[in-house]
Amino acid sequence: MSLLKDKKIIVIGDRDGIPGPAIDECLKSIGAEILFSSTECFV
Amino acid sequence: MDLENQKRVKELAELHGPENILVILGAAEGEAAGIAAETVTAGDPTYAGPLTGVQLGLSVYHVCEDAIKSELDPTVYDEQIGMMEMVLDVDDIVNEMTAIREQYSKY
Amino acid sequence: MNSVLKAASYVLVHAPDMVLQNGTTQTTEMVVNPDSEYLKTLPGHLRSYDQVVAYAPNQTYIGNMTPDELGQLAQPWTDKPVAGATRQGKYGEIMPQDEFLLLFQACDMFDLVHLERDFVARTRPAFDAHPLMDEYIKSRVMEGVDREQILRFVNEEGAEGIYHQGQLAGYIKRAHDVDVNLSAHVMMENMASKASAVLALKHLIRVSGVDAGQIDYVIECSEEACGDMNQRGGGNFAKSIAEIAGLSGATGCDVRGFCAAPAHALVSAASLVKSGTFKNVAVVAGGSTAKLGMNGKDHVRKGMQVLEDVLGGFAALISANDGINPEIDLGIVGRHTVGTGASPQAVITSLVLSPLEQAGMKIQDIDKYAAELQNPDITKPAGAGDVPLANFKMIGALAVKSGELARDGLNGFIAKHGMVGWAPTQGHIPSGAPYLGFARQDLLDGKIRKAMIVGKGSLFLGRMTNQFDGISFVLRANSGDDRKQREAIGKEEVRSMIAEALRAFAASLDV
Repeated sequence: MSLLKDKKIIVIGDRDGIPGPAIDECLKSIGAEILFSSTECFV
Repeated sequence: MDLENQKRVKELAELHGPENILVILGAAEGEAAGIAAETVTAGDPTYAGPLTGVQLGLSVYHVCEDAIKSELDPTVYDEQIGMMEMVLDVDDIVNEMTAIREQYSKY
Repeated sequence: MNSVLKAASYVLVHAPDMVLQNGTTQTTEMVVNPDSEYLKTLPGHLRSYDQVVAYAPNQTYIGNMTPDELGQLAQPWTDKPVAGATRQGKYGEIMPQDEFLLLFQACDMFDLVHLERDFVARTRPAFDAHPLMDEYIKSRVMEGVDREQILRFVNEEGAEGIYHQGQLAGYIKRAHDVDVNLSAHVMMENMASKASAVLALKHLIRVSGVDAGQIDYVIECSEEACGDMNQRGGGNFAKSIAEIAGLSGATGCDVRGFCAAPAHALVSAASLVKSGTFKNVAVVAGGSTAKLGMNGKDHVRKGMQVLEDVLGGFAALISANDGINPEIDLGIVGRHTVGTGASPQAVITSLVLSPLEQAGMKIQDIDKYAAELQNPDITKPAGAGDVPLANFKMIGALAVKSGELARDGLNGFIAKHGMVGWAPTQGHIPSGAPYLGFARQDLLDGKIRKAMIVGKGSLFLGRMTNQFDGISFVLRANSGDDRKQREAIGKEEVRSMIAEALRAFAASLDV
């Protein structure tokens, strides 16, 4: 079973961790469906 | 979690069904990852956002967890995340995420 | 010829009542959860002015401790007050809230700010005794109004209350009845930013010794926007700050770019000076009331004091090459471009490795890196980790990846080329800028030869793009070329003058 391909994905990245767009690139390369992607900032 | 992000998560879960949603986090450390995970499962622990008291129970992982990483293209992962993964305390993140999932995830 | 970093100044303003009244974490909570436990317990977690002064990262910010000295203190620094800490520092000061409110009122040019009469009378002696408050600024402080007027404007006219020690000490009224861009809330944010920037600029004039009239351009680089409904971010904070600070010969503009703005502004300033357009450019930024207590919920939840209780400000003077001060090397400017992407390693490669490689240099050729210098006491309990440390790990990891550093040399690299963070989380303030003063001194003293200042910014917060951003530049010890050149010119001039005199003398003999 594939966790990523069977689900619709929401990405909550972090400016000082892994930003949303970096996660998006990984997901797009395997054809996963991204519903929404954002990046949080605590500083 | 940012209030606007909570609102989007809530709306999308309602629209597509919580069982069909997977949330992927990029938090910088374990506790922050845990709080974000708690927000999309048991509700906003800071009582500030639209997910306060809303127990979505969504499936949630940090992008550096094996369950996610193993499905991604290793070359792209290495290019986008590899070096930051070395900087992060992944064990701490995995522990926090696992604890929250076991307690609150419904899917 | 490269420009030089002639001076840098740093100020903090203790603003405990603004944490409660103006910090967005708190104002949001007042809307969504007005009876919350957090709002009830928060006042008990605020620090006193003396505690703020004695806090080691704050002493470092104003130049009384070096980053090395701070780094030798074990973290957290919250329980290690500095003995003999003082308000005044080598590069600036930590101003108490009451005095700041008088400066705040003095910065108001539109009759918007009114303080309570007794409050003004009580605070005025200290304000008037401040060595940097000149006659012009002092003359702008008004006598104040009575309490009834304050209550009327706050309760009936949409004015924002100004508080001190939990008491109403004045108000700032809206500058327009309809326009939200001129609401009392926005005016409060902008005035606080302006006033703290004025304080930083006054200190810059003090530490640089330059005549205020000689500064011919000011670039302001905070994160606020001033304007009205027809031009919401119209600007120009820079000129409004220069006006109060007495820079009669200056014009200027604002540069924006979230936390990266100071680095963008410094590169712009260096370019303007190097091109010869201006001779003395001041880069300045005041603080952000919105960010006060931003991570307060985490701090309170952990039983800590709320550490985001100060407004931060800084200023730097970029001048024509004097042959002495450190040069801003515009041959090495790292840039995060549209095509760089958001991956952390791509970001740091574009800002650090690429510009160095292009200049034929290695990562270890830079003695000190100053990336984002957020105080880890603030960020770690809030889940953002140790931001400077993460940056230095990334830079070190790049050095390992490019083969110039052994893997087991990573910790040594971080200790040698990095530093701990000491800046308050005031957005633009931590981004490289807090190191400028120390960098200048260490370069002058020959302790280091090159330092890289790295600014990074989260553009996605503006919801116009998902782009990240950053820009970096290198400070290097002055090559002295300019002085040699001037000395050479001097000798040449003397020779020609002698020759001229001799010719004149010979001509006189011919008669």
